[in-house]
Amino acid sequence: MEAQTLTYIFVGLSFALYISIAIASRAKSTNDFYVAGKGVNPVANGMATAADWMSAASFLSMAGLIAFLGRDGSVYLMGWTGGYVLLALLLAPYLRKYGKYTVPDFIGERYYSNVARVVAVICLIFISFTYIAGQMRGVGIVFSRFLEVEIEMGVFIGMGIVFIYAVLGGMKGITYTQVAQYCVMIFAYLVPAIFLSIMLTGNPIPQLGFGDKLLNSDIYLINKLDKTIIDLGFSPYTEYSKSLIDIFCITAALMFGTAGLPHVIVRFFTVPNMQAARRSAGYALVFIAILYTTAPAVASFARLNFIDSVQNTFYEDAPDWFRNWENIGLISWMDKNQDGKMQYSSGSPFVESRPIFTDKRGSLGQRLLENEANTSSSNEVYLDRDIIVLANPEIANLPIWVIALVAAGGLAAALSTAAGLLLVISSSISHDLMKQTFMPQITEKKELLYARLAAGITILLAGLLGIFPPAFVAQVVAFAFGLAASTLFPVLFMGIFSKKTTKEAAIGGMLTGLVFTFSYIVFFKFISPELNNSDYWFLGISPEGIGVIGMILNFLIMLLVTKSSKNPPESVMDLVETIRRP
Amino acid sequence: MTFWQKNLILLSSLLFFWFLCSFGFGILFSEYISFMKIGGFELGFWFSQQGSIYVFIILIFTYSYLVERLERKEKK
Repeated sequence: MEAQTLTYIFVGLSFALYISIAIASRAKSTNDFYVAGKGVNPVANGMATAADWMSAASFLSMAGLIAFLGRDGSVYLMGWTGGYVLLALLLAPYLRKYGKYTVPDFIGERYYSNVARVVAVICLIFISFTYIAGQMRGVGIVFSRFLEVEIEMGVFIGMGIVFIYAVLGGMKGITYTQVAQYCVMIFAYLVPAIFLSIMLTGNPIPQLGFGDKLLNSDIYLINKLDKTIIDLGFSPYTEYSKSLIDIFCITAALMFGTAGLPHVIVRFFTVPNMQAARRSAGYALVFIAILYTTAPAVASFARLNFIDSVQNTFYEDAPDWFRNWENIGLISWMDKNQDGKMQYSSGSPFVESRPIFTDKRGSLGQRLLENEANTSSSNEVYLDRDIIVLANPEIANLPIWVIALVAAGGLAAALSTAAGLLLVISSSISHDLMKQTFMPQITEKKELLYARLAAGITILLAGLLGIFPPAFVAQVVAFAFGLAASTLFPVLFMGIFSKKTTKEAAIGGMLTGLVFTFSYIVFFKFISPELNNSDYWFLGISPEGIGVIGMILNFLIMLLVTKSSKNPPESVMDLVETIRRP
Repeated sequence: MTFWQKNLILLSSLLFFWFLCSFGFGILFSEYISFMKIGGFELGFWFSQQGSIYVFIILIFTYSYLVERLERKEKK
């Protein structure tokens, strides 16, 4: 059977599974729709959280990113897992004890102010939208590579599927669908990783193979990789190339950002009690760690493998996958020295940042480029980092069903995260803006209808962002984490750990964090991108890590303003007292 | 000591290890512990790409176990 037919079958079966789960567990009340009736088992919730958390970016891009960043890639590994410690220890159990539906709900009631609630909703919508656009794009990429449909068509199909199960099932529907999606995703990630590990080191556990000796050799894989890339002019794989302060701040911004992400926090509202919320965060991290500890192993295998198969190889002898991805335009080769062999080294092959293909072919069958050659580097090969995970099964010569499985896994990762984000956006609109702020008289039935309408509209907007991706999608990822760290995390933390923090403090703190972080990122990413280097950064901190400074400012403002405003009402202090009690 | 004070002490001591294993071993003092090896890994590199994640998991379950014990005492 052909790879494509098999991919259709795998993807079709997985979609059928998701939809039937959603129909079996559809939401009947707002309680079901927002928090799955608060009856989800902590292990199941852990799995759903893991699927919710691991997006198209984690599944498709992270290993590729680490493969090329080397040690610097550690910021993502530590940053995107360490946040769960903060969640489990500082936020999740208390927010669960509070027991309402959304994150702005808590902020509105704890800070006795609808202004605070609306500011929180604005932060939440901004954070979630930057995130969801990337997911829809991921769906499009998978569809176009494996099913050979247009990216637009792929996004439409993805939108349709998410629409059915998120709008019908609400939180209850997506929780159980995410459990299924986690299983598909992790299986699809591990199979190629295990094969690659055996192929290179003979060790079937990628986490151990990563630190093991190469097959039939006395050299450790990691040392071989270090030596190979240093010879090609790259900086060493195992040493940081960014400054320590920047590494420190980016890691911290990702950790605190993770703990402040609304779509992650609400997952812990669905379990029966605060003890379950804590344990559930632990299970979630176990399920996440299975992928996150495999990713750096895959990264090192893939980098070594790629260099081995490409460096100084005649184009005619290039493996099939090289040509497949060249046809899609994510790999290119420019024979600068006219020797018919591919040379790979540091530096960009051409002056432009991406290949511009002509529709002509060279004498060897390679796609010809319009780009201007970069004479300062001998590198001839362009490779888009995002294809590492998708290309791995082909690079490792795995059977075609593995390729089909990885396609289904990538879709599961993108769809599960998109659905989770969709739900927090729609519930903050129907619950926080409509029911709690502007139309308090509406009935529960009406509220549920509005929640579904809001979910429908959000899907349409997200789909549009996927079809017409603004050039800045990749640039704004820093936004989501930086903003979550500098706005929501400090306010949630103080709301639980300090009884005296006032509404003026919370509003002032959130706005300071928001304005500071937002302007810093916009300045360096959009207004003056030519200044975006460590000479101009504040204390040498890049826009990716600036959320930490925003967070510190937020805390300072809250402490100062609290001192100069009068104490919160008695009822609020009692509320804090109650959520702390076991 | 009240339940809340005990909880705060527990939290801060676990967060100390959280900081030590990620920001400490993985980033700040990574160079100073690199003479130690685990398989092919230098210890600092291992902490930043593997070890810290395992420690995070242990921390969450440890907290969960210890605080539940405190909570049971508090309820009595």
